[in-house]
Amino acid sequence: MASAERKFPAPLPNPETKPFWEAAGEGRLLLKRCRSCGEVHYYPRAHCPFCGSGETEWQPASGGGTIYSYSVMRRAEVPYAIAYVTLDEGVTMMTNLVDCDLDAIRIGQRVRLVFKPTEGGPPVPTFTPDESRGIR
Amino acid sequence: MTISGKAYIAGIYEHPTRKADDKSLAQLHAEVAKGALEDAGLSKRDVDGYFCAGDAPGLGPLSLVDYMGLKVRHVDATETGGSSYVLHVGHAAEAIAAGKCSVALITLAGRPRAEGMATGTAPRNYGAAAPDVQFEYPFGPTVVNMYAMCAMRHMYEYGTTSQQLAWIKVAASHHAQHNPHALLRDVVTVEEVVASPMIADPLHRLDCCVITDGGGALVVVSLDVAKRLSRPRVKVRGAGEAPKHQMGGKVDLTYSGAVWSGPAAFGEAAVTPADIKYVSIYDSFTITVLMTLEDLGFCAKGQGGKFVADGNLISGTGKLPFNTDGGGLCNNHPANRGGMTKVIEAVRQLRGEAHPKVQVKNCGLALAHGTGGSLGTRHVSATLIMERE
Ligand SMILES: [Zn+2]
Repeated sequence: MASAERKFPAPLPNPETKPFWEAAGEGRLLLKRCRSCGEVHYYPRAHCPFCGSGETEWQPASGGGTIYSYSVMRRAEVPYAIAYVTLDEGVTMMTNLVDCDLDAIRIGQRVRLVFKPTEGGPPVPTFTPDESRGIR
Repeated sequence: MTISGKAYIAGIYEHPTRKADDKSLAQLHAEVAKGALEDAGLSKRDVDGYFCAGDAPGLGPLSLVDYMGLKVRHVDATETGGSSYVLHVGHAAEAIAAGKCSVALITLAGRPRAEGMATGTAPRNYGAAAPDVQFEYPFGPTVVNMYAMCAMRHMYEYGTTSQQLAWIKVAASHHAQHNPHALLRDVVTVEEVVASPMIADPLHRLDCCVITDGGGALVVVSLDVAKRLSRPRVKVRGAGEAPKHQMGGKVDLTYSGAVWSGPAAFGEAAVTPADIKYVSIYDSFTITVLMTLEDLGFCAKGQGGKFVADGNLISGTGKLPFNTDGGGLCNNHPANRGGMTKVIEAVRQLRGEAHPKVQVKNCGLALAHGTGGSLGTRHVSATLIMERE
């Protein structure tokens, strides 16, 4: 276990992303899905990065995923693990891996969503190893 | 329209300082500009095109043409991070081919050491208007851990090892020992690289480039101008540029934009990787070099570790001499942007003006490559192929 909790800086929502951060405040992770081509994308945006359509809608993520890559930042006040996690919906997002032994993290490990508070802003979506699911 | 054969690199200059406590940023730009113009045998009155990027102070070209007293008819401030200056050579060649200018000056300068910036290990916040920042900045993305995630995935997919990555630093240090201006001149071993402190797994301190002040400049000219000058002629044969990003969440960290910028440059130059005698490869980190060599086609994908091992990048003994000035890993990475020095050392090699201990014999064709931004999120690759005429 990490000896100290890392402090997360607050994200800076803008009009386009307000719903994402409001949902985060309620413990829900939202993704954007395109009504035109059907693709889910991340990070969320008003215009589909695949087909260019402006018809995109929010949809909830299941909260499960797999570690695509990671790195433990040793040169920080509190060392932390940055990661890309591939969600079960197929998109890969930047995040942190939390509440775990930083030296035991592995690519391919199953993880689940856990929101962490930030300094003066909405909570951010992080992930923790999902012991019930093992390594895929 | 092709730029092949339409422009020549006539002047180069690398600032000798690695710490510029007593100079302003604009002053450094002017010093490198003066150096490159003198190298070419030209004066500032000859300059009619000016190129700079995000390191420039104030309003970029507006501030610097004013400061230097330039009267130009073409400006370009394309900003692609550290790859900017490799890309600028191609853009200068385009402008020259289109008749927009005939003597293009490109400058880079910076003083991150004097300013005490935590350039590799501190996340940077570009504000709420940057669409990506709010989904990344809270998670602490730094320059080092972004490249580290590429290295981690490369190791997972291809079995690349820390020892293989270390060979890249070893080769750079072999070259740096002959460069009196290099910040790090000690030859290091694989064991020393792997034993150096971990910064962000799996990248050790010696997998990272140096942080230096200073800068460099290039003068790119038309054939007519080049013919009047007395220096060896270095022709621009081909250029390619390509951005790569997270692709809407279809993230793949195993390759870089060089998979697109490389073929564009090779195609325009009508040559293949096998024809290249020397390479300047952007070396922000050892993994940057390894992935770029694969992506440019110097070896198969996933074989970069084997390709760089056992001194294969060392001039005189290895199969592909690289970064013979010591590169960003040992010599100089001014303003946290290595693209400028990549072009400069390639031109030295083509002119036969590299240090005799590292000069490549019969170096007729060289490649310089830049990777600007962050390999783990979004970057622009720029490839440039040059020929001694
Ligand atoms: Zn779409």
